[in-house]
Amino acid sequence: MLNWISTETKLVVQGLTGREGKYHALACRDYGTQVVAGVTPGKGGTTVEGIPVFDSVEQAVKATGANASMIFVPPPAAADAIMEAAAAGVPLIVAITEGIPVADMIKAKRYLRSSRLIGPNCPGIIRPSSKVKIGIMPGRIHREGTVGIVSRSGTLTYEAVGQTTGLGLGQSTCIGIGGDPVNGTNFIDALSLFANDPDTEAVIMIGEIGGSAEEEAACWIAGNLKKPVVGFIAGQTAPPGRRMGHAGAIISGGKGTAKDKLTAMTAAGIHVVPSPALMGETLKKVLGK
Amino acid sequence: MKVHEYQAKEILRRYGVATPRGRVTDNPEEARQIAKDLGGSAVVKAQIHAGGRGKGGGVKVGKTPDEVFEYAKRIIGMQLVTHQTGPSGQKVKKVYIEETATIARELYVGITLDRALGLPVVMASTEGGMDIEEVAAHSPEKILRQSFDPAWGLQPFEARSIAYGLGLSGDTHKKAVTFLIALAKAYVETDSSLAEINPLMITGSGDVVVLDAKMTFDDNALFRHQDIRELRDLDEEDPLEVEASKFGLNYIKLDGNVGCMVNGAGLAMATMDIVQYAGGKPANFLDVGGGANEEQVKNAMRIILSDSAVKAVLINIFGGIMRCDIIANGVVNAVKEGGITVPVVVRLEGTNVEEGKQILRDSGLAVIPADGMKDAAEKVIAALGKEAA
Repeated sequence: MLNWISTETKLVVQGLTGREGKYHALACRDYGTQVVAGVTPGKGGTTVEGIPVFDSVEQAVKATGANASMIFVPPPAAADAIMEAAAAGVPLIVAITEGIPVADMIKAKRYLRSSRLIGPNCPGIIRPSSKVKIGIMPGRIHREGTVGIVSRSGTLTYEAVGQTTGLGLGQSTCIGIGGDPVNGTNFIDALSLFANDPDTEAVIMIGEIGGSAEEEAACWIAGNLKKPVVGFIAGQTAPPGRRMGHAGAIISGGKGTAKDKLTAMTAAGIHVVPSPALMGETLKKVLGK
Repeated sequence: MKVHEYQAKEILRRYGVATPRGRVTDNPEEARQIAKDLGGSAVVKAQIHAGGRGKGGGVKVGKTPDEVFEYAKRIIGMQLVTHQTGPSGQKVKKVYIEETATIARELYVGITLDRALGLPVVMASTEGGMDIEEVAAHSPEKILRQSFDPAWGLQPFEARSIAYGLGLSGDTHKKAVTFLIALAKAYVETDSSLAEINPLMITGSGDVVVLDAKMTFDDNALFRHQDIRELRDLDEEDPLEVEASKFGLNYIKLDGNVGCMVNGAGLAMATMDIVQYAGGKPANFLDVGGGANEEQVKNAMRIILSDSAVKAVLINIFGGIMRCDIIANGVVNAVKEGGITVPVVVRLEGTNVEEGKQILRDSGLAVIPADGMKDAAEKVIAALGKEAA
């Protein structure tokens, strides 16, 4: 599948009957996503605003042909929900839940089989040209365009969206890969999608302190991505050894500093910006617009 | 969540790991008695979470119970400064009194998450007692790495390979294998994010004994570990950070003078960065979360301002879901009720942004509205300059 979401996307929401699950499922539907089912064990046979609820993902897929899942299940049961979706053969699983134990994610990630997982602890994925979103991002700030955005942060992604919308560039696809140390889709997966997507002309990549995903992505970009990339790393002023909100945003053992990431990204030819306010305008300059 | 050395050793002993005998106390007289029970000589070890205790004077060997008493008296109550505590140090409340041992070799063994692999990894080195970060920087070839799958634990052949790499043989090799498998089991079953044994001691008689232990646990998994949750020591945490956590706010105190209130961790870090880029210094990291309400904004404001170093506040909210009018009301009420005197710059974006800005304008308060992050950062730095003048 060239694009991970399209007008063919049919969404099942795991945890639809919860407050957040319902709110965001309806927001996705309002944006244009086909929300075909919900899953809450024990509440099968009911409906939420016209959306049928099933006891299991398997039943939901059989009855509605759902081909993507959005997860709002609370942390203790979220990894189980991811594995349930994978077992039911759902090709795209977007886990919004924040606070899943690392050990549970290690297990869930190894269970995925052929499914793609985005997140957890992420805002999700949106494709304005198809009027499809799976996630909690505000649809109205987006605009159809040519910039692919990939980010470990939620609201900082909205910042990049706001800037590119304001400058008239718009977005092709925005993917939040989440702030946890063990996640499904990584930078390179998202960048590969952008590399092959004719609608994506340029990329904004937003990383943050902790781990080495940005360094690995920079390496990949240098050898594989011909499209221009603007990059920013959050946490340049963060002290070492402290977890900055996100479970994965921590400089530990001298590893995962913003400086290391910025150095690797600059060496890979990425247009690194020192200030988050410069993401949009730098991209516009790079594109000669 | 971190625990003290004596607590980590207690956990490890449950998994059959060998440690020297010892007891914890907050009383020098009792320290003397413990030393007597241990045979006379004993090590007095300050129990604080930070590393580098030995260099800071927090670990002393007493040759007699009286010496142990003297050291315990000196260490209990001291402000122990190490490279991890910051310049003001950390007050020592308890000491661990432990039997002395004859050390033949000191090794390093640690287990942590390899994020790139998405698996735990055992790291081992012959350079025990040294700072592993320094070993990693100067001679990375001296660190052995062995990842394992937590579903079936560290396998004997994996443990053997580490033990051979450390140059162990015979009975000691066998004991090391047993130790490594037990440590890995403890790491997995307690939802650790770090289990570090530095040094791991090989005694004169070839035993494998944990001399110092550091364990950190996954905060997200504490819900299923009641026993570990009870080990939390609030004295080791910043009081403002503890206060903030009660309201579901993620606050970390820094040493600048621009207080920051932001929604979302990434944007909060980026806001700190832009404050510095504009020439200021952030006083804190504060994430009010995705669904913050008026009450939370008020509490966040109060916590930011309890830091007397704060001379100006920058509020940066990109409300995806959050309504800007709610945030604006929260800010106005906080400023009114708290009698706030420092300048407050507010950048609002998102749902109901115009209503939000109107509320700020109508409040008649010295709240400075800003458009965009750059404008906000520049305005807060300008306001700071005026304050100083």
